[in-house]
Amino acid sequence: MIEQITVFLENKEGRLTALCKTLGDAGINMHALTVADTADFGLVRIIADDPQRAVDVLQTAGYRAALTKVAAIQVPNEPGGLARLLETLDSLDVNIEYGYCFSMGADFSVDVLKVHHSGEVVSAIEAAGFRVLTNEDICA
Amino acid sequence: MSNPQDILRAPHERIEQIQLEGFKKTAVNCYENIPFYKKSFDDAGFNPYAITSLADVAKAPFVTKQDLRDAYPYGMFAVPLDQVREIHMSSGTTGVATVGGYTKHDLDIWADCFARGLWYAGCGKGDVVQVAYGYGLFTGGLGAHYGSMRSGATVIPTSAGSTERQIRIMREMGTTALCCTPSYAMHIADTAIDMGLDPAKDFTLKCGIHGAEAFSDNLRAELERKLDYKVLDIYGLTETMGPGVAIECLEQNGLHLAEDHFYAEIIDPKTGELLPDGEWGELVLTSIDREACPVVRYRTRDITRIMPGACACGRTHRRIDRLHGRTDDMLIIRGVNVFPSQIEDVMETFPEVASWYRIELTRRNGLDVVTLKAEVNPDYAFDEIAAIERLQKRMKGAMKSALSVNIDVKIVEPKSIERSTGKAKRIVDLR
Repeated sequence: MIEQITVFLENKEGRLTALCKTLGDAGINMHALTVADTADFGLVRIIADDPQRAVDVLQTAGYRAALTKVAAIQVPNEPGGLARLLETLDSLDVNIEYGYCFSMGADFSVDVLKVHHSGEVVSAIEAAGFRVLTNEDICA
Repeated sequence: MSNPQDILRAPHERIEQIQLEGFKKTAVNCYENIPFYKKSFDDAGFNPYAITSLADVAKAPFVTKQDLRDAYPYGMFAVPLDQVREIHMSSGTTGVATVGGYTKHDLDIWADCFARGLWYAGCGKGDVVQVAYGYGLFTGGLGAHYGSMRSGATVIPTSAGSTERQIRIMREMGTTALCCTPSYAMHIADTAIDMGLDPAKDFTLKCGIHGAEAFSDNLRAELERKLDYKVLDIYGLTETMGPGVAIECLEQNGLHLAEDHFYAEIIDPKTGELLPDGEWGELVLTSIDREACPVVRYRTRDITRIMPGACACGRTHRRIDRLHGRTDDMLIIRGVNVFPSQIEDVMETFPEVASWYRIELTRRNGLDVVTLKAEVNPDYAFDEIAAIERLQKRMKGAMKSALSVNIDVKIVEPKSIERSTGKAKRIVDLR
């Protein structure tokens, strides 16, 4: 499991830039960023070094930022990698709230998934042979 | 001299006697010295020399804000200018300002009326009052200043603005009472928290005298929690004096009218008919002993009611309820009357949002559209779009069932709604 930073942002010009600059100025490096948006607002989800400090920095700067626990699962960087993971989750009858993927080098990709009852789900995924990563694995 | 607080516990018959004598003098003063009243009394067949009881007040014609505007600049003055010590003006956001003049006596009673709020809170000699209302033409600043001096306390006239400096002064000078608008008090509290302070511990406040805008019970509770003090609501308006016409006591159950200086009635704003105690309507004020700018039956456009029964504090002056808003603040949305305070009441049932909000009125395809922008509460964790959308939908549903009006709800970032140092701008009409 990893700690993801979730930021509530208004869907307004310059807000994402300001957010990234705030983290950059604090010397925090991001490894993944995704935006889920509606017409009015967006939720920005970030994986970064030192997530607790990142949240503190953002809150001090006036952002609505919080830590969320999500499952980060390593899959082979090859066609069908994600599909195999999702099939496993389907067979476990797990519903996914949201997810996103990014690759780490040529060999592996990381699938980040928000699921309920994550403790049980993670054990089941590991039992099915997948590797569940920590912040250190990603930010090393 | 007798204790100025004795009158607050005098038998009500005694107060009514003062009101009757004062009304007789005021009506004659208006009739003889202000041409507007001469004409309006004559037109209405009201004889100011034939007053025999307080029931006669209701026979006099009303005076409206427009009448006062039309009399700009000196048309409503009953004394020669050399008797006038000070002049204030209303904000005049909607047109010509209204002017209020004060003789030495008028300033005296104003100071007395405002000081009562501090006395109600147990403040006086030895206390330090920080006046963070704007000083100037607005009656808030100097009204609070004179009242604080009258109460026996020490005044720090910071005026509004320079919030960080306000906070340093509040801490370092040991301020025990804060006078400002409730929205500015909240801004001070939030700024102090942002500065790394815990205002509940780092400040030594006993009370806040907050007025000039209506505020919800929720906002009061949040202020009292953040600043660890007692918030007393104060009411007043430039047209009849300024803040101090009515103030809450520590019971926080209605605002005691300064009945030895004002006579209050509640009318149906549509028909002008008098309403019985307990019923909501428009507050109408008659001054009892003002010299420079007396008023007879001034329509305040403020919606409240006379609270029936006696206050637990033992003071005899009758109470008005906390204001529902001004008749001018009333929104007419597709034919339905809505007060911002009703929207606040619904918001209070949602802990996910903070009490800071803005209502925007626009027109889409010829129809009124109301959008409520509410800031997310910093304590509430959001991670899923669906959860935020569900909240918006739930709030919209609650508004619809409480107000019979569709209000679009938008959750916005904390602190994204502009803060003001004076009156909070809650409604933006873009129609």
